[in-house]
Amino acid sequence: MTIKGKAYIAGIYEHPTRHAPDKSTAQLHAEVAKGAIEDAGLTKDDIDGYFCAGDAPGGLWPMVDYLGLNTRKLRHVDSTETGGCSYLIHLGHAAEAIAAGKCSVALVTLAGKPRTGPMPPRASGAEADFELAYGATTHNAYGMCAMRHMHDYGTTSEQLAWIKVAASHHAQYNPHAMLKEVVTVEDVLNSPMISDPLHRMDCCVVTDGGGAMIVTTPEIAKSLKKPLVRLIGHGEAMKGPRGGKDLDLTYSAGVWSGPRAFEEAGVTPKDIKYASIYDSFTITVLMQLEDLGFCKKGEGGKFVADGNLISGVGKLPFNTDGGGLCSNHPVNRGGMTKILEAVRQLRGEAHPKVQVKNCDLAIAHGTGGLLGVRHAASTCILERA
Amino acid sequence: MSEAKKYNAPVTNPETAPFWEAAKAGKFMIKRCTTCGEAHYFPRAICPFCFSDKTVWEESSGEATVYTYSLMRKSPTGPYAIAYVTLKEGPSLQTNIVDCDLETVKIGQKVKVVWKPTDGAPLPFFTPA
Repeated sequence: MTIKGKAYIAGIYEHPTRHAPDKSTAQLHAEVAKGAIEDAGLTKDDIDGYFCAGDAPGGLWPMVDYLGLNTRKLRHVDSTETGGCSYLIHLGHAAEAIAAGKCSVALVTLAGKPRTGPMPPRASGAEADFELAYGATTHNAYGMCAMRHMHDYGTTSEQLAWIKVAASHHAQYNPHAMLKEVVTVEDVLNSPMISDPLHRMDCCVVTDGGGAMIVTTPEIAKSLKKPLVRLIGHGEAMKGPRGGKDLDLTYSAGVWSGPRAFEEAGVTPKDIKYASIYDSFTITVLMQLEDLGFCKKGEGGKFVADGNLISGVGKLPFNTDGGGLCSNHPVNRGGMTKILEAVRQLRGEAHPKVQVKNCDLAIAHGTGGLLGVRHAASTCILERA
Repeated sequence: MSEAKKYNAPVTNPETAPFWEAAKAGKFMIKRCTTCGEAHYFPRAICPFCFSDKTVWEESSGEATVYTYSLMRKSPTGPYAIAYVTLKEGPSLQTNIVDCDLETVKIGQKVKVVWKPTDGAPLPFFTPA
């Protein structure tokens, strides 16, 4: 059993807002759902599968009711919650459900307003008494990964800065990007230190907004008008300190999710024309590129330097929308926007200045949770059909 | 500064209560599995490696080495150094490095356990040895 080629992304929508004090979170979910359904050329009554994660107010029951999904038709739901990569996992799970005949038109939504309202605290597990007091945040958890990566492999702040530089080169062409200014390595190094060794410009933006997609069967996708984009490989994995044995913070669960996705797709990193790589921080990108096999472990610093991630300049164009580092990181969850830009690239709908020529194979990959503590990873390989 | 920080008391539960009782006596406990021989932290009833239920409490030396750290500079309660340290007995754990010049924390540095009070059991932190 495989999901290879069994599911197509027929509709996508990214909310243009980056600051939405005048809207409710549920409303943003509805707006992105409407956008994706209309992009596909379908109607709300076509939806028979619905996926949402921890950002959806109240979870599945309230969302299904609020959106007014047709409950006579709705026959498959999934609220897998793995932080920012939830939507990459949802894409894989939607493909599984479609391949198994459990639904035929799945809607996945993400939306929220971290800039205009307090975010609920991260849920704790059995570790709470043994960790909460130490103040792990996204910044210092990813900082600890970067610190050890530098220690083990000689990775430098200059090399990490190139990742932000590349994202900023792309963001200048995105009218919706929160930060459109092109920055230099020096700009990144001169920005304030937030949590060593990560500077402010090593960190992603915080934005209100959201995104949605429609996942459907090959038959339905082919009956619609959009260029055909299909999922040909998917992987998911989790990693944590696991009792504290053999701790190694220099790799992520991507070392497992990546090979699973590539194997199912029957392709290798060398075949990939465009990469959406979750960029919560610069170090996130560097570690994931290594973990996915775009370069050897420890050589990520050399790989990202000198503009190698800039479309039209380097060998691996990445995050051509400006990514989370410059454009959008709705609800502090970057997985959805990673998929959306990969689909734009495969459709040929990216901005002409960053559109990859003959883009027929793309990867969308992300992590969720805290990279230095407990996290999930998910990899999706997408193909222009 | 970290000295002035107020920490919440651990909630504790039947599985971890012996750890916190020992903490009140200044003893830093880990769990060891008598089936596979591996030590782990934080303590579980069932070994996370071989899934045996033959786990026993063992007092740790409290001696450790800094595996990695990050100095959080933007915090309403002042800068603090989060870290993973690796105990002499094997397991690595998350903590803060305290009671020192935070700018001097280094990977590979020797550290030892130090306790900070709460309204309940004290919490383990680490400081340069």
